[in-house]
Amino acid sequence: MTANQGTSNPTGLGTEGFPGFQVELAREMPMKLDSGESIGPFTAAYTTYGKLNKLKSNVVLVCHALTGDQYVSETHPITGKPGWWQQMVGRGKPLDTDRYFIICVNVLGGCMGSSGPRDVDPVQNEPWGLNFPAITIGDMVRAQALLLDSLGIENLFCVIGGSMGAMQVLEWATKFPNRVFSAIPIAGAARHSAQNIAFHEVGRQAIVADPEWHDGNYIQKNTKPKGGLSVARMAAHITYMSETALHRKFGRRLQAGDAVRVGSDDIFQVQSYLRHQGSTFVERFDANSYLYITRALDYFDIAAEYDGILANAFEGTPVRFCLISFTSDWLFPTEESRNIVRALNAVTANVSFVEINTDKGHDAFLLDEPEFERTVSGFLDGVAEHRGLI
Amino acid sequence: MSVKLERDKNIIPTDVLKRPDLQIISNMVVAGSRVLDIGCGNGALLDYLGRNKGVDGRGIELSQSGVNACVANGLSVIQGDADTDLEHYPQDAFDYVVLTRTIQATKNPLEVVKSLVRIGRHAVVSFENFGHWRLRLKTLLTGRMPVVGDDGHSWYDTSNIRVCTIRDFATMCDQLGLRVQRALSLSRSGSIRELKSTGVIANVFGEEAIFLLTRN
Repeated sequence: MTANQGTSNPTGLGTEGFPGFQVELAREMPMKLDSGESIGPFTAAYTTYGKLNKLKSNVVLVCHALTGDQYVSETHPITGKPGWWQQMVGRGKPLDTDRYFIICVNVLGGCMGSSGPRDVDPVQNEPWGLNFPAITIGDMVRAQALLLDSLGIENLFCVIGGSMGAMQVLEWATKFPNRVFSAIPIAGAARHSAQNIAFHEVGRQAIVADPEWHDGNYIQKNTKPKGGLSVARMAAHITYMSETALHRKFGRRLQAGDAVRVGSDDIFQVQSYLRHQGSTFVERFDANSYLYITRALDYFDIAAEYDGILANAFEGTPVRFCLISFTSDWLFPTEESRNIVRALNAVTANVSFVEINTDKGHDAFLLDEPEFERTVSGFLDGVAEHRGLI
Repeated sequence: MSVKLERDKNIIPTDVLKRPDLQIISNMVVAGSRVLDIGCGNGALLDYLGRNKGVDGRGIELSQSGVNACVANGLSVIQGDADTDLEHYPQDAFDYVVLTRTIQATKNPLEVVKSLVRIGRHAVVSFENFGHWRLRLKTLLTGRMPVVGDDGHSWYDTSNIRVCTIRDFATMCDQLGLRVQRALSLSRSGSIRELKSTGVIANVFGEEAIFLLTRN
């Protein structure tokens, strides 16, 4: 293992001393990217929980979503908030750290220690900005595979993730079927829909329209396109929640007073909530990373490489699948998961599929949903029995 | 002909024991085969077949609570509908496709049965026989529609929308040109009859029927 706890980020751009590991990959041979370009060496930042068993058969790879990171089950080094999947990962939890060795890697193109557009291009000796190569979900997964190689881990007991994490799970299952024993894509899709690409475009346009963006060279100008990134986050955040959940949380309640006012003041509580979401997001996320990663999601379309027939991507798959969707998720609706289930049935793959009844929308996988947690634990228990882990 | 029920040597879980149709079906299924259970409920049959007969089992269930219970118990079950989700499976994907006490709740039983024998090399269908004398008598005496197997419901809200008799079902199999490998009728007392060609007796005395079908 070449990683060291808490090694400093070679780019020196703000993740020094953060918990977790960093490792330099593709040192001898650059990694081919889907764009045709190559990258290497590059850095992968990751965290682990639990202990690797002797047979190395208990590895669970957790794939994070668009704005997630590797701090799954520990205090976030920037926000100070609990890990984004604290309720799922830990002792006695569905991803039980007494049983499994859990790895989560910051995606390639990200901004929490893995190589991304804010790192320094060693040739130009300045931040990559938009000169960083385009990244796809496939590239993220290949980078994770290189990391596992470097750790001497051949097989994954399970790959699990929600939203963009689900896309990585599907990419793993289709590109490395023999390295994956089971896969849990949650609130995902086999391709990004036109509607979702459209929402992302709103976010990207907000960023590039911010004068502080400086064609992506804001680091050199010692500034940040905070306004644009914040608007991007606000627009996206609306898509993560259901109308019912928003109404339950805020209704039409006013911030203060009931006078009819003009201007940009916070009048409704929901406004101030969104603004808060936007302003805290810019503290922990890089605007160019947001551009790169939203693009990666947009490019995602598994069937495209298989003559448009999704089932062909899964032909002969030995992977045990458990798909989970949420009734009120309108960003990745149940029909998207059902599409994948149908494709898996067409090749008689081993598949389970549960639609969880909830009004919490797309973000339900990040929230307290006992039925969802029971589904994950039950499925994993069944698979662990087959794998001889229990 | 009345035959004693053949009990498996292994312990059958309570749910399977409670339902004689499931006992018989589990005896019909060859060990180690691939089984799709449509309308698998809480997964009792799949669980039993997996543990005791080494069956590679999958399930489809309409109710969310049923699916969740199955998956939480480690069974491979998807949320789906017999009317809409069978077309996606390839031909001969399974050795047995099982449909127990579910056909009466489908919108299009004819298409469902066609799918069963396409997806499976064998299809096993069990259903409540509405030709049973007690139901006939009840209708005659009370003048009201019988509702069977759907406790607490009336004709206007029962999920059992396509009820049939043993003769109805046998006629449909004929029309579809299917081969009936085995047909059994069960009575409340637990006695089992092999169906004769006409099925007239069974249609009167059998409370439930089980058909093992194949394509001709």
